[in-house]
Amino acid sequence: MTTTPTQTPPPTTVPEVLKKARRRGVGRSDRGAALGFLAPNLLGFACFTILPIGASLVLSFFEWPLIGEATFTGLENFITLFTADPVFWQVVGNTFYFVGVYVLLNLIVSLSLALWLTSKVRWKGFLRFVFFLPVVSPIVANAVVWRLLYNQDDGLIAWFFQTFTGTSGPNWLGSSEWAMPAVIIMSVWAGFGYNMIIFIAGIEGIPKTLYEAAEIDGAGWWRRLVSVTLPMLTPSIFFATVMTVISSLQVFAQPFILTGGGPGSSTTTLVFYLYQQGFQGYEMGYASSIAWSLFLLIMVITFIQFRSQKRWVHYS
Amino acid sequence: MTTHQFRAPRRPMTPERAKSAIGGVVSQVLILVAAVITLIPFIWMVSTALKPSSEVFSNPPSLVGSSIEWQNFADAWNYLPFGRFMLNGLIVAGIGTVIVVATSAMAAYAFSRLRWKGRDGTFLLYLGTLMIPQEVLIVPMFILMRELGWVNSYQALIVPWAFTAFGTFLLRQFFLTLPDELEEAARLDGANRWTSFTRIILPLSKPALGTLAVFTFIGYWNSFLWPLLIVSDVNMATVPLGLNMFLGQTGNQWNLLMAASTISVLPSAIIVILLQKYLVNGIALSGMGGR
Repeated sequence: MTTTPTQTPPPTTVPEVLKKARRRGVGRSDRGAALGFLAPNLLGFACFTILPIGASLVLSFFEWPLIGEATFTGLENFITLFTADPVFWQVVGNTFYFVGVYVLLNLIVSLSLALWLTSKVRWKGFLRFVFFLPVVSPIVANAVVWRLLYNQDDGLIAWFFQTFTGTSGPNWLGSSEWAMPAVIIMSVWAGFGYNMIIFIAGIEGIPKTLYEAAEIDGAGWWRRLVSVTLPMLTPSIFFATVMTVISSLQVFAQPFILTGGGPGSSTTTLVFYLYQQGFQGYEMGYASSIAWSLFLLIMVITFIQFRSQKRWVHYS
Repeated sequence: MTTHQFRAPRRPMTPERAKSAIGGVVSQVLILVAAVITLIPFIWMVSTALKPSSEVFSNPPSLVGSSIEWQNFADAWNYLPFGRFMLNGLIVAGIGTVIVVATSAMAAYAFSRLRWKGRDGTFLLYLGTLMIPQEVLIVPMFILMRELGWVNSYQALIVPWAFTAFGTFLLRQFFLTLPDELEEAARLDGANRWTSFTRIILPLSKPALGTLAVFTFIGYWNSFLWPLLIVSDVNMATVPLGLNMFLGQTGNQWNLLMAASTISVLPSAIIVILLQKYLVNGIALSGMGGR
């Protein structure tokens, strides 16, 4: 009589199979190996991602000057930020202004050029290179040139206005009304190439049979665009929108170089304000509470976008 | 039957065809105009870099000054230690890229091709941090760097951003697409995990590794906010930071500033020309994430 199957195995075959299986790693944990492979990254990840995230949250509950005593103040930083700091809400407004206009213009330009570059034009490779170059060129260098182009009296843009409208046009970087549009235009120029590549890949992935079917139905260029290309492209458009919103909520270098956040605080964005509070005022606790507000904002906006995608994104 | 027979016969020039031919020419011309407009800032950068300083704001503006001043490049190069900025940038981006690619590939291997308890939970923790903006990390990171005495050092520029979840995530997705049979055959021949990783998985993953390397390199090279916070010593500055210092010191010497900008754009332009394939693939892949 046998109580367990292992006591009376068919003499040779089962251990053979087990041995083989074990050697192939079937049903066995690779814990030792996994630990070895994971260790370098996990160690760094713990020290330089997980730890700072935790520390940042803790900091935001303290009054923490870089030099001097730290005092626990609970929610004081957040209460001050939301109720008693007039600059904060202006900065949030500036950031929304930037994100709203920038994302819209970026998507329009990148989508148009992607459609254009997938139509019958020549020198596609060269054109793609040109439109993509500002994306990889250092953002500081980009912003510095635009500072020259925007120069009030003698810049190239002012000359352009002078020639075609007779006036030298807006005082781009010097007026609180036009500084933000100037920052946005420069940013669109520097950023649209990335989404353009995403859209080109999306358009090239649309099955040709759909266009053939549409053509048989007598669909013209416009009809094919509206009924085939755009609906099939909605997953890419959704992805590009989410990513562009997240990255543009963190805009910093463009206003830093172009306007220094001014005039006044008309182009001071959330991250710029964080920089001022944390690294010019050395209020580390207060800066952390701004960082966490930004994070919460990103979470909420991304969540809303994912909730709304059912209404317009088509997954085939 | 050959494919030639499917080709449409030569049609006479109807008004519709003439219209579409004209449309094609117009479209070609317009997109070239768009390309030139996109290039204007770069053209102006180089043009100004080669002008005598008195002609930077000539009216009407001209593309070429009365003389070509190559000397501007030498002056810009010597005004601040620009060679040093480039070297710093190469060291930081080069070492950073090696660390990111090596550690991400190893971690991705553990997350995709090894079985162990808690794997998916740990991976979820990695994924969760992808959404956290860099700005949440910089304040405590700055304090940490001060405590470690790393301010104004290469390690402060490299290490904090060498272990993010992005690379691990990207490579894991790629490793998952490789069939199991490849490794099993090697393991039956007695190869251990490390041999199998370095001899089989890595060679097959060159496109993904290349994509991650190019993006990481450009990320380090162009990074501005973090170097601005952690480096005040001019000898430790990277190129964007050096350009910012240049802006602060030269004020309105635009021809020198543009020469410096041109120098800083060149490496990026070369990378796009040489490695466009990796960049485009990487972006297309990440864009497919939406599908």
